[in-house]
Amino acid sequence: MTIDISQFVQAFLDESFEGLDLMEVELLREQALDSEQVNAIFRAAHSIKGSAGTFGFAAVSEFTHGAETLLDEVRDGKREMTAEIRGLMLEAVDRIREMLLAARAGGAHHAAGGPATAARIETMLASAHGCPDDKSQPAQRTAVATEPAAPIPTDASTDAPDTRPWEIVFVPEPALLRSGNDPMRIFSWLGELGDLTVECVTRTLPPLGALAPEDCQLQWRLALPGTVDEAAIREAFEWVEDQCSLTLGRVGDAAAAQPDEVPATAPAHTPAPQSAGTAERPVGSNGAPVERRADAASIRVATEKVDTLVNMVGELVITQAMINTIGHSADELDARAVDHLRQGLALLERNTRELQEAVLSVRMLPINFVFSRFPRVVRDLSTQLGKRVNLKIIGEDTELDKGLIEKLVDPLTHLVRNAIDHGIESPERRRAAGKPETGTLVLRAGHEGGNILIEITDDGAGLNRERILEKARSQGMPVPEQPSDRDIWQLIFAPGFSTAETVTDVSGRGVGMDVVRRNIEAVNGRLDIDSKPGEGTRLTVRLPLTLAILDGMSVRVGEEVYILPLTAILESLKPTPDQLHSVSGRGRVVRLRGDYIPLVPLHHVFNVPATYERPEDGIVVVVESSEDRAALFVDELIAQHQVVIKSLETNYRKVPGVSGATIMGDGRVAMILDVDSLTRLQDTVH
Amino acid sequence: MSNVGKIRQEEQVTAEKRELLTFRLGEEEYGIDILKVQEIRRYESVTRIANAPDFVKGVINMRGTIVPILDLRIKFRFADVTYDDFTVVVILNVDERVIGIVVDAVSDVIALAPEDVRDAPEFGAQLDTDYLEGLASMDERMLIIVDIEALVRAPELGLIDAESAA
Repeated sequence: MTIDISQFVQAFLDESFEGLDLMEVELLREQALDSEQVNAIFRAAHSIKGSAGTFGFAAVSEFTHGAETLLDEVRDGKREMTAEIRGLMLEAVDRIREMLLAARAGGAHHAAGGPATAARIETMLASAHGCPDDKSQPAQRTAVATEPAAPIPTDASTDAPDTRPWEIVFVPEPALLRSGNDPMRIFSWLGELGDLTVECVTRTLPPLGALAPEDCQLQWRLALPGTVDEAAIREAFEWVEDQCSLTLGRVGDAAAAQPDEVPATAPAHTPAPQSAGTAERPVGSNGAPVERRADAASIRVATEKVDTLVNMVGELVITQAMINTIGHSADELDARAVDHLRQGLALLERNTRELQEAVLSVRMLPINFVFSRFPRVVRDLSTQLGKRVNLKIIGEDTELDKGLIEKLVDPLTHLVRNAIDHGIESPERRRAAGKPETGTLVLRAGHEGGNILIEITDDGAGLNRERILEKARSQGMPVPEQPSDRDIWQLIFAPGFSTAETVTDVSGRGVGMDVVRRNIEAVNGRLDIDSKPGEGTRLTVRLPLTLAILDGMSVRVGEEVYILPLTAILESLKPTPDQLHSVSGRGRVVRLRGDYIPLVPLHHVFNVPATYERPEDGIVVVVESSEDRAALFVDELIAQHQVVIKSLETNYRKVPGVSGATIMGDGRVAMILDVDSLTRLQDTVH
Repeated sequence: MSNVGKIRQEEQVTAEKRELLTFRLGEEEYGIDILKVQEIRRYESVTRIANAPDFVKGVINMRGTIVPILDLRIKFRFADVTYDDFTVVVILNVDERVIGIVVDAVSDVIALAPEDVRDAPEFGAQLDTDYLEGLASMDERMLIIVDIEALVRAPELGLIDAESAA
């Protein structure tokens, strides 16, 4: 029987990219890594190496082996996780990712910088060879049996190899078999390494009556010739190491019997590598799910969302069965049956609506899918430029459509790089300016006025008016006379514009902001700049809510139903007559805890008939716009919904006071109110 | 073999002819290119758009797409605008936009050869001649052929934002 393994290759790639992301997240931690974190990194590398070998990506497997060996030494406490090793490992992560990307694209899985990185890892590994008790090290780098890869060249070691025979005591935990591990497989593997002697220890076997057949009650004592590589032996036990007690030593070696030599130091609660790769989402040691790169062709959906879907489908089936029963119970429907039928249909309607919402939410991903790459970008770039940057990420759970997220990656990366390159100054300059040496870069995402807002704020030097003007003039761009700050910031978006004094590989080629702006405009977004000299720059990306989901409150005015974004609502109240005041020429205001808030009767603004003419009969919703507060007067509040925003502009045009439309549970369209433009509209009405 | 030749010949004839969907607005008979027609629906209640011109009835949800509904009878000041069982909405796909127009009734699909169409006179229909392709006679009745693309793009219809049209 032949098995087509190509169907598993995609899964392997997906898992490997996840593993790389996990390695990167751990390596980028600011604090020193604890053993669990190092273990997590090591396991990811180990998994990639093993699977890459299985799927025939020999170059990947071979390359990863070096990194893995280095990590193994760190894990075993033979090395410190220095900044240098971290940097090298990050580099290795990049190379592996490049190779896998190339493999996914169907090309040869090689990375351009691969050999150079591999050489650096080799050098790093060789640097520890002075230690006399590190005899097993050189041999450790020979390719092991799992890999069909060509063996990596070994350094000739000056130390004479220790050839005393190996003695292994393998005491598995009773649960070993349940995790799918079979000691026989391990033994047959070991048998390939050399002449293996296996002795089964049966003294721990319970009496027959107490024997649980699913538990592994046996222990083994194994012996291998001394020429066998220690790493290869450990490799054989890799998958079971946290489920057993393993003692590995050479005959006559007193230390070998010491339990502290056992590599099973990993805390018992860390999942076995194979379960992390398949059943569960790999979890960083901070408990946060490890996010995947947004360029994946498939989406990984939170289990919670899938569970919701499954539950809803279950309910739908129950409802359908209920209606079916009524339909089949009688030839003629009597009043009671009709009543039941109506109930069933109402239930069906609700189920369907909920299911629809849940299905739509599957496409929504947290913006963290973009943001998660920035710690790395910031670290690399600030190191390269000799700057100190502290990155803060706020609102990474803001959800947007997958399609939108993918289109945001490049523009946002560019803006972040720009902020570090042009915005934040060097530590010396910052000190001279009386600012903390470490600059702060804030990435913030959130909803505002029915838009998705992404802000990139730095506390750097800010934009330099004069230099931009001078540069624009020297490049022959039209410059308005007496330009406002806004006019000047617009110059940055002109094609070919750059103020960087030198062209670095970071920025300065002038293929920047105009492309960024075009990319953002291509998804109907808007890019704004706000800058103060010496204080910093804020770039604001506003994205439309196409397909985005918004939490809203439905309100009724006469026959019409509108959706108010929940984020805009401060409170709602039924005003008493003495809270309402007229201000001559400016309409009416509502007095609320000493503040006077302008009253905006929605039926006036939209020119529709309302049920109530007097605010004290209806409801007043206090909303916050970007400029001010307003008291919207509506007939009643209906309910809170999560709505999917649909663009009105696709087939119609922009409507003042409205940011979009949505489809309500009953299939009707409802307008989503734009609080900012509503308040402006009110001014024109009066 | 001869059969195949005959079919080919017929195809050629129909290729030269244009198929039009004819509908009634008030007492007049209009025709539009059937290739622009996406579907025909019963008139259903719409969601009003605030402060929109009166001939923009509102929007409907057409399988998840928000489609504006225009009543050309209001736009072109027909005296008698009623919504009854025959009132239908013709959903058009014009200029990558989906819009619906309210008509009194859909009559027929006819094929017209180019020589059957005569230039429209300066006046005679309630629609501005800018949006008319021509007139055709059809069993003693006059058919007004509408250039629906020109109509949709017309600034006076206000369908397209001034800035996005620029």
